[in-house]
Amino acid sequence: MFGLDSKDTKLLIVVALLVILAPFILNPFPTDSALAQFNAGYPDLMQRFVIFGIFAIGFNILFGLTGYLSFGHAAFLGVGSYAAVWMFKLLSYNVIPAIALSVIVAALFSVLIGYISLRRSGIYFSILTLAFAQMSFALAYSVLSNPKFNLTNGETGLQVYPGDPQVLHHEGLPDVPHLFGIAMRDNFWEPVFGGWSFTFNNGYYLCAVLLIAVFYLSIRIFRSPFGMMLRAVKSNQQRMNYTGLNARPYTLAAFVISGMYAGLAGGLLAAMDPLAGAERMQWTASGEVVLMTILGGAGTLIGPVLGAGFIKYFENIFSKINDNVLHQWFSFMPDGMEDFMVFVLHPFIGKGWHLTLGLLFMLVVIFLPGGLVEGGQRIAALFRGGRKKRGGAEDGEHHPKPSPHVAE
Amino acid sequence: MGILEVKNVNKRFGGLQALGNVNLSVQENTVHAIIGPNGAGKSTLLNCLVGKLIPDTGSVMFDGQSVLGRHPYEINQMGISRVFQTPEIFGDLTVMENMMIPCFAKRDGAFEMNALSAVGRQKDIIERAEHVLEDMKMLDKRNMHSASLSRGDKRRLEIAMCLSQEPRLLLLDEPTAGMARADTNNTIDLLKQIKEERDITIAIIEHDMHVVFSLAERITVLAQGTPLVEDTPDKIKGHPKVREAYLGESA
Ligand SMILES: Nc1ncnc2c1ncn2[C@@H]1O[C@H](COP(=O)(O)OP(=O)(O)OP(=O)(O)O)[C@@H](O)[C@H]1O
Ligand SMILES: [Mg+2]
Repeated sequence: MFGLDSKDTKLLIVVALLVILAPFILNPFPTDSALAQFNAGYPDLMQRFVIFGIFAIGFNILFGLTGYLSFGHAAFLGVGSYAAVWMFKLLSYNVIPAIALSVIVAALFSVLIGYISLRRSGIYFSILTLAFAQMSFALAYSVLSNPKFNLTNGETGLQVYPGDPQVLHHEGLPDVPHLFGIAMRDNFWEPVFGGWSFTFNNGYYLCAVLLIAVFYLSIRIFRSPFGMMLRAVKSNQQRMNYTGLNARPYTLAAFVISGMYAGLAGGLLAAMDPLAGAERMQWTASGEVVLMTILGGAGTLIGPVLGAGFIKYFENIFSKINDNVLHQWFSFMPDGMEDFMVFVLHPFIGKGWHLTLGLLFMLVVIFLPGGLVEGGQRIAALFRGGRKKRGGAEDGEHHPKPSPHVAE
Repeated sequence: MGILEVKNVNKRFGGLQALGNVNLSVQENTVHAIIGPNGAGKSTLLNCLVGKLIPDTGSVMFDGQSVLGRHPYEINQMGISRVFQTPEIFGDLTVMENMMIPCFAKRDGAFEMNALSAVGRQKDIIERAEHVLEDMKMLDKRNMHSASLSRGDKRRLEIAMCLSQEPRLLLLDEPTAGMARADTNNTIDLLKQIKEERDITIAIIEHDMHVVFSLAERITVLAQGTPLVEDTPDKIKGHPKVREAYLGESA
């Protein structure tokens, strides 16, 4: 179906269902129960899952396929956000032109940065992209924000003010980002079943539809001759050159495509919340998408989405657990034990969620070099009765090399 | 005029004169062997032909056009394919994928943004790749991860990849090193067969004299970066200079 083989079609359908039903799936605990804090089915977080999923899917086209590790992709995300907010300011709150411009501007940016950075490979490429991203951050944070020429509004962040032109805005349209009148921040359905409640948000479903579309696109790219060439770049550039193929434009195309995915993600962030700040471009943000991709499984189709969901879940849920919550959990223990457990776990919760994430990341990289996807495959193999031999790439699926994640 | 004309090529690596005044003319549709002791500069010479190295002086003409200063992929697109001394294949990819890539390069050129059609639908490419694999007697290994092939099979895969491009000039750097005897003989037969079926010029570097004397129509002996003699296999066998510089060591 849709030009995919049956295995890929199944994957696409599963992903589509998970994304569409996410408001149910992510709210498994009754609202009043002690476990309700593990519910992730609220619009703000679900939007983040999906937006960063898009970001990571795009990043994986570059990093997972070609092995070129960019440390500057947050710059494209940030540029996308700024472009979208400018569209809101000048044109109207309609998200379509805003998102379109995000993607276009990110594409132009990535052509420039990619063209220069791709003159080097391996660690030098990574450093070049990092340098560009930090320069973009500096530009956004201060240089392009002065009374004479204020493109980014510096520290405060770019936002829409009542005095902005908004030439296409008119009476009757909501004063927040909208899709032809449908406000992104509104919920269209808030069902309550017994103790459970769910939220269906307009903005989330816009992001969801786009995620399914770009996920489909990424499957097509993975299975195309172009995708095969990108894997050839990662595998052996020397052989590629002597086989009559020019690796540079292939890598640049992958770089620009992944930059456009990042721009789309940035545009969507602004469409959900019409604000763009320079911190979105900082190197930590670039590092985050690298983590997402590796954690989920670089070079696999679904891995980046899983990785993005995993990290965003941790960031938002684990960071909210505090000592009081821990005391509740361990209240069944004798007092001394309870205090001890809370003392031991304290560094790993709340602000310490980074520590937990770091540990998990290390465990995954060491024991599951193929990321969460490899974990899933191993579990599936166990269920299938592990006796079936797990030969090389029987299915023609692309299993990334576990060791070096950087192109030579 | 040969299809390949190398004139006065010099190449130094620091203090080492790797190639000194090399002149070589390879005639179209012949098998031309280049032999010589280790370190004679044979691989260096090939590197100068495919754009991996640029000679310090001299000229390299392929079919009347200079190859100097061109990118390796451009030289390949001109019709020169090369098998390396240590196998260069796409280790992360399957045997079949390894075969399809050169077929794409041949059909679509150095770059083609073919991002939405499925690889599985490229019937002509698949057919071509399978055909060459079949000739190489490797079709049963088509779905194997190429990194897990034996050394000999990696080399045969690389030869198959080059042959699938139907090059006009095929450069082979010790193509049978690391192969079992049977595979060596297969490879000799295959090259002979290809030679009969179509127009192809082959330049081959080889230490295995059995391979050299089975295939070559002309032989150039290289020693310390300079060609000693160039002649037919029969003459080379008895040449005193050659015995001294080369055969003497191994015989
Ligand atoms: N890139 C390089 N830098 C420095 N020296 C080099 C380089 N490539 C080759 N050499 C030197 O040039 C000389 C010729 O090397 P070359 O590889 O051409 O020999 P060869 O005839 O192919 O030998 P073999 O039969 O062992 O493959 C050797 O002494 C080698 O060490
Ligand atoms: Mg050599």
